[in-house]
Amino acid sequence: MKKIFDQLNLFNQCKKYGLPIWQCPQFLFLIMGIIIILSSLLTYAIGNRYIEDPLLVALLVIIISVVLLIIASTITRNFETLAETNRMKSEFVSIVSHQLRSPLSNLKWVIEILMSGKVCPVAEEQIEYIQILRENSKRMDELVSDLLTVSRIEQNRLPLQEEKTSLKKLVVKIINETEILAKASNVEIEFSFDDEMPEIVFDPSQVKLAIANLVENAVRYAKTKGLVKVRLKKQKNNLCLEVEDNGVGIPEKDQKYIFQKFFRSENAKKHQTEGSGLGLYIAKSIIEKSGGKMGFYSKENKGSTFWLTLPIK
Amino acid sequence: MVNFAYKIKFMKKILFIEDESTLQKTLGTVLTKEGYQVVSALDGEIGFRMAKKEKPDLILLDLILPKMNGFDVLKSIKAEETIKEIPIIVLTNLESMEDIQKALDLGAATYLVKANYSLEEVLEKINKTINV
Repeated sequence: MKKIFDQLNLFNQCKKYGLPIWQCPQFLFLIMGIIIILSSLLTYAIGNRYIEDPLLVALLVIIISVVLLIIASTITRNFETLAETNRMKSEFVSIVSHQLRSPLSNLKWVIEILMSGKVCPVAEEQIEYIQILRENSKRMDELVSDLLTVSRIEQNRLPLQEEKTSLKKLVVKIINETEILAKASNVEIEFSFDDEMPEIVFDPSQVKLAIANLVENAVRYAKTKGLVKVRLKKQKNNLCLEVEDNGVGIPEKDQKYIFQKFFRSENAKKHQTEGSGLGLYIAKSIIEKSGGKMGFYSKENKGSTFWLTLPIK
Repeated sequence: MVNFAYKIKFMKKILFIEDESTLQKTLGTVLTKEGYQVVSALDGEIGFRMAKKEKPDLILLDLILPKMNGFDVLKSIKAEETIKEIPIIVLTNLESMEDIQKALDLGAATYLVKANYSLEEVLEKINKTINV
């Protein structure tokens, strides 16, 4: 009995696929059904007026309904297969990354023990190699975390823990944390902001991921002796953050793909071999889920400016 | 010899319930070096039995365990009058909000996601919890 009710609950079904209601097969089927009924009524009305024989009218109505029903069910079945494949793919990524997580954290801790010399003393020459191990396990760790975030976004399960707090303070914190990378890359970060800056409601840890990604990208892709300008402005109903760099820029042909997952522009690959192509996709998803928008303008070899807005609620 | 016996008497005891032997070895070694007496259990059932028998000062508990999962171990320990006061640190890779909430509601003192903590930080949390 419960099973039947679950089947009938369209919203639950759609949530399972992680699709918006307008792309959800079950919902579309309902809409088609309504269209079928309306068109049948219309045919009936027309038939009633123009055809003398009521039997013929009835037959006409039935034929039209059957044809419509067949078409509709074929379409939705296709949709359903697509949605199911998509769901399985997300689930696959999530299972694989969960399974990878345990061995990776074991590896991380074993390396930490080795490095600390707590179990046995480590020779000077060994440390360098252990560091390589650590660096690589960290990279895998980050990739797995990114993949997990992506699968959560796709399954609509990215939890937001919103609170009222200062965006400015968060940006300052992010810039301070990026300072080491900036210094190492000979890049300067400049921060300017409007005087009046209200506190807004957002999830600081998620939004931090998004902003840190923009700032880090700007530093990574800046030229040597680069300058990254971060500006925080108050617009009408939004706070707007801009991150401008004078780096390699994004070629025009790549611009429309920049927020797609796993996409990396050719010149980005030339400049920085590392990178999964997930950062911007995750950043945009987080900002949009928080009620904001994200975009950019860029010229190849001149630099890029990424911007994001968050609503003042 | 007297000194040694004295030390044993005041050594705090940690029960480590975790099915992965790699982790048993790594964290176990570090805890021993830190001066704790470590007893380990490789599944939930043994873990619960040892909690009753050993009456440790702290329990480290994984959630995905053979025979009896971590949530059930947590529930059973908290229902047992003689051991329900022992602080329990959940150490796992499950990180959904529901799991965290469930474990805390059942009475876990702290919830740590393995992937997000370094050994040093885990040790810090253990020291802090055991010395309260």
